[in-house]
Amino acid sequence: MARIRTTVDGLVYEDDVEPRMLLVQYLRERLGKTGTVIGCDTSNCGACTVHLDGLSVKSCSVLAVQANGSEVLTVEGLERDGQLHPVQQAFHDNHALQCGYCTPGMIMQSIDLLGDNPDPSEHEVREGIEGNLCRCTGYQNIVRAVQDAAQKMKPGAHASTSSSAAQPVAGGGA
Amino acid sequence: MIPASFDYVRPTSVDEAVQALVEGGDDAKLLAGGQSFIPVLRLRMGDPSLVVDLGGIPELRGVREEGDQIVVGAMTTHHEVTRDDLLAQHVALIQEATKTVADPQVRHRGTLGGALAHADPAGDLAAPTLALDAELVVVGQNGERRVPAAEFFEDYFTTAIGPGEILTAIRFPKYTGWGARYEKFNRVAQAWSIVAVAATVKVEGGSITDARIGLTNMAGTPVRARGVETALVGQTMSEETVRAAAQAAAEGTSPTSDADAGSDYREHLARVLTGRAVLAAAG
Amino acid sequence: MTTTENPTNAPAPEIGRDRRRKEDRRLITGRTRWTDNQAITGLLHLSIVRSPFAHAEIQGIDTSAAKQVPGVVGVYTAADIGADAVQLPCAWPITKDMKAPQRPALAGSRVNFAGEGVAVVVARSAAIAKDAAELVEVDYAELEPVLDMEDALKDGATLVHPEIGTNANAQWVFDSGEAGSGGSVAEALSAAEKDDDQVVIHRRFRQQRLVPVFMEPRSTVVDPTGEQLVMWSSTQVPHILKTMLALTLGLPENKLRVIAPDVGGGFGGKIAVAPEEVVTLLVARKLGKPVKWTETRSESLLTAHHGRDQIQDLTIAVTKDGIIKGLDVKLLADMGAYLGLVGPGVPILGAFMFNAIYKIPAYRFDCTNVFTTKTLTDAYRGAGRPEATFGIERMMDEVAVELGIEPMELRRKNWIKHEEFPYTTVSTLTYDTGNYEAATDQALQMFDYDGLRREQQERRQRGDVKQLGIGISTFTEMCGLAPSRVLGSLDYGAGGWETASIRMLPTGKAEVVVGVSPHGQGHETAFSQIVADKLGIAFEDVEILHGDTQSSYRGLDTYGSRSLAVGGIAMVKAAEKVIEKAKPIAAHMLEASEDDLEFTGGKFTVKGTDKGVGIADVALAVFAAHDYPEGIEPDIDAHATFDPENFSFPHGTHLCAVEVDTETGFVHLHKYVCVDDVGTVINPLIVEGQVHGGLAQGIAQALFEEAPYDESGTLLSGTLVDYTLPSAADLISFDTANTATPSTTNPLGVKGVGEAGTIASTPAVVNAVLDAVRQYGVKDIDMPTTPFRVWTAINSAKGTAGRGDEADVASPGAGLGSTASDISKGDTQGGHL
Repeated sequence: MARIRTTVDGLVYEDDVEPRMLLVQYLRERLGKTGTVIGCDTSNCGACTVHLDGLSVKSCSVLAVQANGSEVLTVEGLERDGQLHPVQQAFHDNHALQCGYCTPGMIMQSIDLLGDNPDPSEHEVREGIEGNLCRCTGYQNIVRAVQDAAQKMKPGAHASTSSSAAQPVAGGGA
Repeated sequence: MIPASFDYVRPTSVDEAVQALVEGGDDAKLLAGGQSFIPVLRLRMGDPSLVVDLGGIPELRGVREEGDQIVVGAMTTHHEVTRDDLLAQHVALIQEATKTVADPQVRHRGTLGGALAHADPAGDLAAPTLALDAELVVVGQNGERRVPAAEFFEDYFTTAIGPGEILTAIRFPKYTGWGARYEKFNRVAQAWSIVAVAATVKVEGGSITDARIGLTNMAGTPVRARGVETALVGQTMSEETVRAAAQAAAEGTSPTSDADAGSDYREHLARVLTGRAVLAAAG
Repeated sequence: MTTTENPTNAPAPEIGRDRRRKEDRRLITGRTRWTDNQAITGLLHLSIVRSPFAHAEIQGIDTSAAKQVPGVVGVYTAADIGADAVQLPCAWPITKDMKAPQRPALAGSRVNFAGEGVAVVVARSAAIAKDAAELVEVDYAELEPVLDMEDALKDGATLVHPEIGTNANAQWVFDSGEAGSGGSVAEALSAAEKDDDQVVIHRRFRQQRLVPVFMEPRSTVVDPTGEQLVMWSSTQVPHILKTMLALTLGLPENKLRVIAPDVGGGFGGKIAVAPEEVVTLLVARKLGKPVKWTETRSESLLTAHHGRDQIQDLTIAVTKDGIIKGLDVKLLADMGAYLGLVGPGVPILGAFMFNAIYKIPAYRFDCTNVFTTKTLTDAYRGAGRPEATFGIERMMDEVAVELGIEPMELRRKNWIKHEEFPYTTVSTLTYDTGNYEAATDQALQMFDYDGLRREQQERRQRGDVKQLGIGISTFTEMCGLAPSRVLGSLDYGAGGWETASIRMLPTGKAEVVVGVSPHGQGHETAFSQIVADKLGIAFEDVEILHGDTQSSYRGLDTYGSRSLAVGGIAMVKAAEKVIEKAKPIAAHMLEASEDDLEFTGGKFTVKGTDKGVGIADVALAVFAAHDYPEGIEPDIDAHATFDPENFSFPHGTHLCAVEVDTETGFVHLHKYVCVDDVGTVINPLIVEGQVHGGLAQGIAQALFEEAPYDESGTLLSGTLVDYTLPSAADLISFDTANTATPSTTNPLGVKGVGEAGTIASTPAVVNAVLDAVRQYGVKDIDMPTTPFRVWTAINSAKGTAGRGDEADVASPGAGLGSTASDISKGDTQGGHL
């Protein structure tokens, strides 16, 4: 057992963990942070993506002991005073999720991407989320959501208070 | 899936790490970024009794200039490599190749030293390291030694790092002003390279005055396309001359055949991609 | 119920509105209830020991070392928990003489595919269970694997199940001559052979094996501690699972409760009574403790059922001016080692769809299901219909090439014209509505078909490295499973009805209990829209309850694009009953005659007056029950079951352009347009999302995915490193649109949409790839059309790999584009809707 101290979604935790425990298991099983999920065993799917000291990582490929002394942000720590993060809001507005299993990881990676590149092209969004697999959406509305969030997060935009829909959806209507 | 049990130490200096590794014996393994190693543990394809985490050793991290070399600490992450100004200026090829490694999350954790020590023939960083004539700094109980890249990669997943030794840094000569391109060919974005070509060239007055080319996944180790390099030097830059020179790309390679590619296809890809890489690097 | 025009002050109708989803909030904030999230005090964890061999006798199992691991509660072989005596159900005996070998929950004496479970470990944690599972020693004597379907049917072949004496599971035949729905194919083919004005074309296509790869790995938790045993499971079919567990294990059905909480995708892959569900239940009952099993991704790829895997032999007779005279289809369908819940019926669903949108006078379908020592196959998105659509749409292009007819023109010559609906097909289905002309004309325009054909020609003339290919798929499908009587005639083990109940709460809100079980479709949103419209209450005031057999005791779950087309109608019927029950009470409250009342916008009003009461007032009135008419019960809740009279038949035109890098063989998606007719659209946002996701999966079959086995029977795509799903970087944005011919067989006019994109897109992509490279002499490329396969095809057709400068760019057979001529002007005036 190893003693670790972490800050997760703003709260400090101290625990004894087996060295073999993955960060994602620590989050889910020890802290009850079940919003972060496991989708594979080869680090392909990205469903477990969280931020570790400000950078997106796949929490299935980090040992809990490696997070000792670090700050972790999960999808459960994004809301501020009941307001969704603009990327969460954009996922809702743009119908960027169906079953929702990949969604926490997608959102965390999209936030990381926008931190790096506040105004990504479609191509840059697609490359930026290439480590996250989705089986439901065909990615189109995810790309749309990330670009929508980028616009809403621009200085001067009132992203966090807007719940209006983004682009009108092509091909609707019968 | 959950790895099998192991003991864990996190030394704070290279000396401590070497000590831990030696004491751990054959069943001790080094943990760098963990982006290949932890999945291996999860699939229970590896079963070390001791994991020595190199993440707590500040001296292994960072990029610095030392005379005519750029020195990259082995634990420098891919993310850091892709953003480093010194590398952008002097060793653009390693940066170009690193941008294609896996995905952003993996690049945040994965390290140059870890990738080179893992020595996966489909990994993207060995070929540019070879092409760039880098030196790999290895430290053990008997001190430090420098291994030329040409001697470092020995076989599939096998390097010149000996028992009880640690790769601590990679020393690149400067290629200031050279153009660079890593031409990667894979089936889907997440897949490993079927073949890739690392090319860096120096173009002066419309002619190629120097060239370095390394091939990924054309053998158990990265391969230097010396025939192409020789054929390029002194040529006037044109698509025709580059493509003609690139015909030598598969010489001396011994690619495998698998479901993604037969060996003849890999040889063909090496020629095509070498042409494209050199043209882009010179562009 | 009286319907009237909406008064001007009525709220906008919910149906047709692009409502954002109710489900999203919890999913984007991580407040989810995946099965694996279940944590119960004392919960034990299960790990399954699986066979590394495809085919072997089990000669002994030594569990002693595993039992010594601290924290291990039990280690069981099949016999220890009776798992070898279980016969997991197959609900679709497609023929009277179908061979259905026993499928145990754990193998007893023989394993028949790599990954089959042979023992289980139960421990305090999943990690300990896995540690101990690695210590279970199994002594195997290897047998020959059975891998190739054609070899498996030869005399003397190794038998997967020696006790049934054959590797053939069943043969299912439809012959339009015998059925009286058309002529004899044998006669049509033989007449064509003798006729100079006809040709007979034969092709063999391969449907590769795929894996559904729902993102949430399967998980099951069984808690046996209450009066009812509770199973949480990541399943599409909680109701079927409950009934089948009762029947399979001989448990009283009233002692079982199945809950499908949040379920992370299914795509057919979670239509199952899985051996792991049964084993978890058996162990939990044995120990009297709650037990959890959650699979790893590699375990899922290896053991959750696979899909597709057919060899298709198609023979078509066609006149030289392009009129189809007969179609003969022979299939071999790989069942894998055992029969899944509906596995044998999956290829049979295709029997009705090879004739597709075309008027075919003679048709024969002959499918033989084959056992091999591989993971079993069962439903995967589209189930039988993608296979059929691929076969016929690939064949249409082959005919076009052979005859030198523009491929869309060929389709126009043969499809059912819009004025011919309803149309009874050669395979006996009656298509109620459709307009292939309208969808096609719109798609051609959105795609700029003529422009792309011109660009294609220019690239050919220039000998570009990147050649353009254009592929068409004009498809229909049958969905909304299904009319119970039809299912009965196909020997399916259940009906196809669906149920909904509406509970009117005292505060005017409604709880709608549904029998379908969502796993990403957005049911809570779309169904709320329907019920809100029908009852005239607010969208927010409708709660959709699902996935728990305690609240929803009756249902047949979600698959086959049935949730809206069948379940949605049950909701409409239930709402009508609520209004019917409320009416006399409203009349009593208004002191008016029932005959004078009309119901609009949630309100009963007395005709010609402004007197009225809302449905919420009535709900409160029956809750208080202080004053209601004599002779009726104070209750306006209602329950309805809808059994459709027909399938629904969505259709559409899909057009794909690809760039093929002729030096490397890499296929880049260039443009994708589809115009789908899914009838009335409840929520365009959700429809569009379903199409996008469907396209991605169908395109992935064409370009990326395959689950191959090696010669020893080992699955080569055992992790997501090897089973290559497309990421965002591998796909493009699709241009989608809808035309609508409302279905006439249900009151909403809806057709299914869940599978359409997957069914249609695969042949569009492969047709496009071939269209790019036929100029080099390429005839066909197996799916997925990987760079290696495309390059090899070009290379072997040409003799040399090169830039295409010796390509044949002009002759009719060289590529479909060479025969293009202003096709989008078409010869029809197809009515746009």
